[in-house]
Amino acid sequence: MRVSAVFLAGTGIFFGVIGLVYWFTSYEDAGFLMLMGSALLGLLPGSYYLWWSYKMKPQPDDDPHAEVAEGAGAVDSFPGSSIWPFILGMGATFTVLTFVFGLWLAPLAAALILSAAIGVTVESRRGGTV
Amino acid sequence: MTTTVEPPELITPEEPDGPDGHAPGTHGGHDEHAHHQGPTGILNWITSTDHKVIGKSYMITSLVLFFIAGIMALVIRVQLADPTSSLVSFQTYNELFTMHGSLMLYLFAGPFAFGGLANYIVPLQVGAPDMAFPRLNALSYWLYLGGSITMLSGFLVAGGAASYGWVAYAPLSNAINSPGAGADLWLMALGLTGFSAIFTGVNLAATIFYLRAPGMTMFRVPIFSWNMLVTGILILIAFPVLFGAVVMLFCDRHFGTHIFTVQGGGVPVLWQHLFWFFGHPEVYILALPYFGMVTDIFPVFSRKPLFGYKGMVFATMSIAALSTGVWAHHMFTTGVVLLPFFSLLSYLIAVPTGIKFFNWIGTMWGGQLSFQTPMLFSIGFLFAFLMGGVTGVLLASPPVDFMTHDTYFVVAHFHQVLIGTSVFAGFAGFYFWYPKMFGRMLRDNLGKWHFWALFVGFWLTFMPQYLVGLYGMPRRVADYLPSNGWTGLNVLSTIGAFVIGASFLFFLVNLWVSWRDPIAAGDNPWDGGGLEWFTSSPPPHHNYTHLPPIRSERPTWDYNHPEHRTIHTGQPVPVPADASDGKETVGAN
Repeated sequence: MRVSAVFLAGTGIFFGVIGLVYWFTSYEDAGFLMLMGSALLGLLPGSYYLWWSYKMKPQPDDDPHAEVAEGAGAVDSFPGSSIWPFILGMGATFTVLTFVFGLWLAPLAAALILSAAIGVTVESRRGGTV
Repeated sequence: MTTTVEPPELITPEEPDGPDGHAPGTHGGHDEHAHHQGPTGILNWITSTDHKVIGKSYMITSLVLFFIAGIMALVIRVQLADPTSSLVSFQTYNELFTMHGSLMLYLFAGPFAFGGLANYIVPLQVGAPDMAFPRLNALSYWLYLGGSITMLSGFLVAGGAASYGWVAYAPLSNAINSPGAGADLWLMALGLTGFSAIFTGVNLAATIFYLRAPGMTMFRVPIFSWNMLVTGILILIAFPVLFGAVVMLFCDRHFGTHIFTVQGGGVPVLWQHLFWFFGHPEVYILALPYFGMVTDIFPVFSRKPLFGYKGMVFATMSIAALSTGVWAHHMFTTGVVLLPFFSLLSYLIAVPTGIKFFNWIGTMWGGQLSFQTPMLFSIGFLFAFLMGGVTGVLLASPPVDFMTHDTYFVVAHFHQVLIGTSVFAGFAGFYFWYPKMFGRMLRDNLGKWHFWALFVGFWLTFMPQYLVGLYGMPRRVADYLPSNGWTGLNVLSTIGAFVIGASFLFFLVNLWVSWRDPIAAGDNPWDGGGLEWFTSSPPPHHNYTHLPPIRSERPTWDYNHPEHRTIHTGQPVPVPADASDGKETVGAN
């Protein structure tokens, strides 16, 4: 946890410094804003994880001497087979095709995306095969 | 169905059959982890959220697109072999080089690495049961497939596919200069594949941060997975910018905005800033995964631990960090960028890359080298990438760049960089992990034929392009004058391209032979050290039934060769008090 937090926060600090150097050498706003955006991308999750890393007890995956048995308990919950990513992907594809070929594709795209959104929510809530 | 995954059991060297009496990889029908409940056949493929199935789908799709783009390259080369060739029209030629570049960069080189091999290998390497967000992972693939079909369908619409180059510079890409649905389809395809990449980046970072096995600390994660983590972060920096730029360009084309048009008060160069702020990190999104692959391959075929593990990690981070500060070295000739800043940062990238080369050579130095196919491809990568990299250092110098900008010199440079990484190192990784993914070997002799044909074809294709570029031949031209004197070099280059094309016939034959007449691979055909070689080939559902103690960055090696365990500097060196007491010494290490 600590390494991940430092890694992300370090990314943010690096881009902050480079962004400031860039601004005061070039006064070019597009690049400066993008560098500052990158700095935030590192700093926001990095500082949050850093805060958590002081509150949590050390995890077995950060302990160089951890035994495999220390991972006891559930690793995580993983979904089984699900049709909804496919439906959502097709919905997204038809959405962008709507922009190219016209609004007549929009109902199909909206139906696919809505059904996927509902389907995946129900699936997660029930935790069973859908 | 939601499965709650229990952690794998510990297995120690003195209990090689595992605590409950069956060896790693031999998973009987009674083993609940090996049993995958779900639909079969094509419905299984469509509904799967297993990172192994998705990784294979990604690899197959990206290889198909690679071959399509390769055939486009051959048509381009035939066109250029004759100064006044009329094989294809100028418009078709523009479409061909645009789609060749787009397919290779957006749809092959990136997805093959971070969607294909990384999707399959990273959870195995860190000891995770799956990617952190399996359904998001599946969505990534479907967005990628949808985007690929959208981009290719440009050839079917009136006006043809996009024809403004893979960089889509404004104002060439606006509605007046590039009308037609093909250009819009190209932009929309970038939106879809961009989100596919972002989701994969999130997945990779979360998996490596939070799903590591106990004892797999960050500084024991194999370099390939480290590089995929850094690549994931780079994706999160770069692709949102591309998506924003694509939306802006689409608004310019259809909704009457003037973001990139001078007439309406916009700034065309802004497109270049946005595009290259994505585009240069993208180059390293395409390179870092492949650096990681060869870094995992060299130690195995040198029978030594990696030389300079932490140096490699920090070199990867520095390359990634610097790559985000060098975007405008593609824009030196616009005259509105700060030359010293971008030139200096571009030069600096050579330092961590040099550290990597030093460590790769240091890994091989004094090792027992065995030149099997993955090792040959990795060494080929060293030569190819070195040549591409050195000419890249030349191009980082503004005066040289002014001379060679938009000539074939640049074309040769980036083809050598990208073929060095995504083809040489990419196929090194493919040959290396194919046994793990399919449980069968690829033939070594056919692989060597593939390598040598590719290696010869590679130099024959691209070295003449440097020269012809220095003689002044511009990029993206469909014909030239016989009196230019570029014909001979172009013919050489075309012959080389066909040698490269032929080399992939060996690859296809190799796949076919391995499919028809399989040689079982076993769990660990190369005697590799990474955790992925500990499980069976192909791995069971949720990857591991047993895990070895993880005490270094190559736990499988430590387990299989307890007398040659990887000993970490900075940690107490274990003193084996009693050779038969294996568990004590493993614990003390």
